[in-house]
Amino acid sequence: MADLTRLSALDLAQGMAAGDYSSTEVTRAHLDRIAAVDERLNAFITVTADTALATAADVDRRRAAGEELPPLAGVPVTHKDLISTSGIPTTAGSRMLADFVPPYDATVYRKTQAAHMPLLGKTNLDEFAMGSTTEHSAFGRTLNPWDPARVPGGSSGGAAASVAAYEAPLSVGTDTGGSVRQPAAFTGTVGVKPTYGSVSRYGVIAMTSSMDQVGPVARTVADAAALHGVLAGHDRFDSTSLPEAVPDFTAAARAGAAAGLAGKRLGVIKQLQGEGWEPGVLAAFRAALDAAEAQGAEIVEVDLPALSYALDAYYLIMPSEVSSNLARYDGMRYGLRAEPESGTVTAETVMAATRAAGFGAEVKRRIILGTYALSAGYYDAYYGSAQKVRTLVQRDFARAFEAADALVSPTAPTTAYEFGAESADDPMALYLGDIATIPANLAGIPGMSLPAGLADGLPVGFQLLAPAREDARLYEVGAGLETALASAGAGPVLASAPEL
Amino acid sequence: MKYEEAIERYDPVLGIEVHVELGTATKMFDAAPNSFGGGANENTTPVSLGLPGALPVVNEKGVEYAIRIGLALGCEIAQSCRFARKNYFYPDNPKNFQTSQFDEPIAANGGIDVELEDGQLVHVPIERAHMEEDAGKNTHVGGAGGRIHGADHSLVDYNRAGVPLVEIVTHPIEGTGRRAPEVAAAYVRTLRDIFKALGVSEAKMEQGNVRADINVSLRDSPDAPLGTRTETKNVNSFRSIERAVRFEIARQATLLAAGESILQETRHFHEDTGETSSGRVKSDADDYRYFPEPDLVPVEPAREWVEEIRASLPELPAARRRRLIGEWGITELEMRDVINAGLLDPVEETVKLGASPAAARKWWTGEVARRAKQDERDPEDLVSPAQIAELAGLVEAGRLNDKLARQVLDGTISGEGSPAEVMAARGLEIVQDDGALEAAVDQAIADNPDVVEKIRGGKQQAIGALIGPIMKATRGQADAGRARELILARLG
Repeated sequence: MADLTRLSALDLAQGMAAGDYSSTEVTRAHLDRIAAVDERLNAFITVTADTALATAADVDRRRAAGEELPPLAGVPVTHKDLISTSGIPTTAGSRMLADFVPPYDATVYRKTQAAHMPLLGKTNLDEFAMGSTTEHSAFGRTLNPWDPARVPGGSSGGAAASVAAYEAPLSVGTDTGGSVRQPAAFTGTVGVKPTYGSVSRYGVIAMTSSMDQVGPVARTVADAAALHGVLAGHDRFDSTSLPEAVPDFTAAARAGAAAGLAGKRLGVIKQLQGEGWEPGVLAAFRAALDAAEAQGAEIVEVDLPALSYALDAYYLIMPSEVSSNLARYDGMRYGLRAEPESGTVTAETVMAATRAAGFGAEVKRRIILGTYALSAGYYDAYYGSAQKVRTLVQRDFARAFEAADALVSPTAPTTAYEFGAESADDPMALYLGDIATIPANLAGIPGMSLPAGLADGLPVGFQLLAPAREDARLYEVGAGLETALASAGAGPVLASAPEL
Repeated sequence: MKYEEAIERYDPVLGIEVHVELGTATKMFDAAPNSFGGGANENTTPVSLGLPGALPVVNEKGVEYAIRIGLALGCEIAQSCRFARKNYFYPDNPKNFQTSQFDEPIAANGGIDVELEDGQLVHVPIERAHMEEDAGKNTHVGGAGGRIHGADHSLVDYNRAGVPLVEIVTHPIEGTGRRAPEVAAAYVRTLRDIFKALGVSEAKMEQGNVRADINVSLRDSPDAPLGTRTETKNVNSFRSIERAVRFEIARQATLLAAGESILQETRHFHEDTGETSSGRVKSDADDYRYFPEPDLVPVEPAREWVEEIRASLPELPAARRRRLIGEWGITELEMRDVINAGLLDPVEETVKLGASPAAARKWWTGEVARRAKQDERDPEDLVSPAQIAELAGLVEAGRLNDKLARQVLDGTISGEGSPAEVMAARGLEIVQDDGALEAAVDQAIADNPDVVEKIRGGKQQAIGALIGPIMKATRGQADAGRARELILARLG
């Protein structure tokens, strides 16, 4: 039998439906792969072999009984470890929740369960999703499968690395400022941040409520589309959830792959290139544009002047909401509880000691920044102004989408960098790495990163952005681009990855 | 300094914040039941416990109730308003922020007239009414008197966390002078009556459904700028409100007269001593780091919905009192008796069913209230307005007199049936047939020649001596007036 871990999710689904192999075999193959490589890679915080095999056995029984099953039934999946899974530890990558087992399910986990997708485990992340490298995890850093000396990106680094390393065909991550798209770019995978509100946040441990969004990681555009279809949909437990029916993303991807890019206008964002961008990244990006043009796409340039304030706005809104969202971790109800080393034990001193012991440095930095930005007298200058920038960014996008069907840029200014290179002493440099991804979160629009060739042997991410509620367009154009890149010999990128 | 002297020297200004717990079936932002009692932490969901990842969803009924309150208080209802997070750390606050409203309340710019004991009306201007959630409840174990000081440990019950509240904030209430304590109590009492009439809350002060924080400040004269205020928290009965305001006015006046300044702080009222004591120093620098709640979308009540709610508002207590005083032709004092006995509803209903206002009031506040007190029951559990109306009708028609009617009422309360049924079954109807009465009259005249002599001699009051035997002969069913007429006719 072929190595089942190398097949796409949709191929696996087809193979199981045809009776070529069982979900149990598929699930075991992935668990074996995890057992073989994850000690080094550390993409998982928790591996849930029993849960996965139980779901797989159930799928096999149902299939044998002739039951009609959803498209991805039996295809294994992982969830980022800030998505609540009842009975299974959900740590947010933090000492604070190291032993926390939630009593309820996030809606997105409930959905993959309802789709009969075996849960392989919970993937590693930067603590509470704060970081771009997955170094800020209380459970150790995740390595990049392309080069163990390099970061896998973050904060959904475990999700992206597990898919790139064939430990899982599909992963569920979250993206607040690029946390799905940037690790996808760094690992040669496809990552999508859906329209804000199109996937429920209920049960997903909040970082920045107004920007957090759950999204799929996969090895192909069509696989991402299929998982996105499982995750999306209105949820009455999330007030920001959109009421619209979910379009058929898989059909959109198929249509895009078949029709190509003829007549599609791709708007190159003027502000997201040039100085500070690695030449190798820009070269791969240009080559991808050429490949798209060769397939009939029209390349235009769009100007979004408000993007020059986007990073500043993001780094005010994000920590402000973080400071409030993370206030609940105080040792009173659940999670870590620490007592002061000296002095009186009161609720206040226990809260302080718990938060001092439970949170890592990056989380503390953002809590302090946010607490300051929301303080009386500073609110208007900081949070208030940042919200205005948000409106300006939305307007710029609306204008740009009049000239283009999708906006494009490299996903990140660099390829995956080495551990410790920048993050240790210079958070500002690290924050700049989010320059291309953050605007979509500020504006609530959907974005995708897909692999577009290599620079110095490392994958380069190509970002597509679409108007809000037009997630299907990402799959249509993305699949067209994926095909164009393959024709140009720049894909599939993962085929060039070294063996682990 | 005594209150009397204090009020001579200074002009008091009040500011009152009232919290009312709404009687919705579920909490403000989740599906946990909103009910009093139950085992600790039983009425909770991941949302009201503030578990990681939990998200709020607005209770539409809570919004409706807030709009009802806003409209009843004469407020404008916002076209669009938002919830905000009020950030502070406290163990009874599961998310360490309270979901409240800040600069965009659902209702603003209203006011109500408050009636004092003697009928004087005082206008209380209302700044805003906003929606928020209640906190849980801390219990301190091992210390003296359940206080946190010296406690061994504390327990938190989150059953109340997330219960919907509406907070109503007044503008400064000025010009009350010496009546400030009365105004404060009457205002909260009026709100309580309004909440009950609107059906938005059980509005029981003793259960903490309605909680008042009273701000008091003094100034030299009504033209002077506002003085420094203190806020006395959670004063939980009307009488305590009055006492607390009185005490604060006297206390502040004493300090000011001695050239000292008032510390801006929260204070606690002690029922036993009638005094307030210093709580937490509160400054305007308290920083709750308010910002719009990103997990909730703005609340935008449709105008048609607001108008529907307005149209469905019941008559408010003050208006109803004024109307009934006019319709029934009674005095303020008589109305107060009915209200204080808690009998306004059944009396009004009884009048609607045909009884005269006087009879309805008389039966409910008299015999029924007496029986209820004696049996330790609710008057309305003993009889219905329909039964009282029927009883009053029988008296009106001359078929029962007062004494017989009391016996009939007794039968009805004992479950023997409607007043007409009891009257028939017990044979209590007044004898209308003059034949039987005439026979009794003739017999009485024949049996009492000496009395007859006196009457003939002009001593009309002697007739009473004949009525007794007539009543006895007719087993009390004679109409005494008619019997008198017959006697006079016989004796010329």
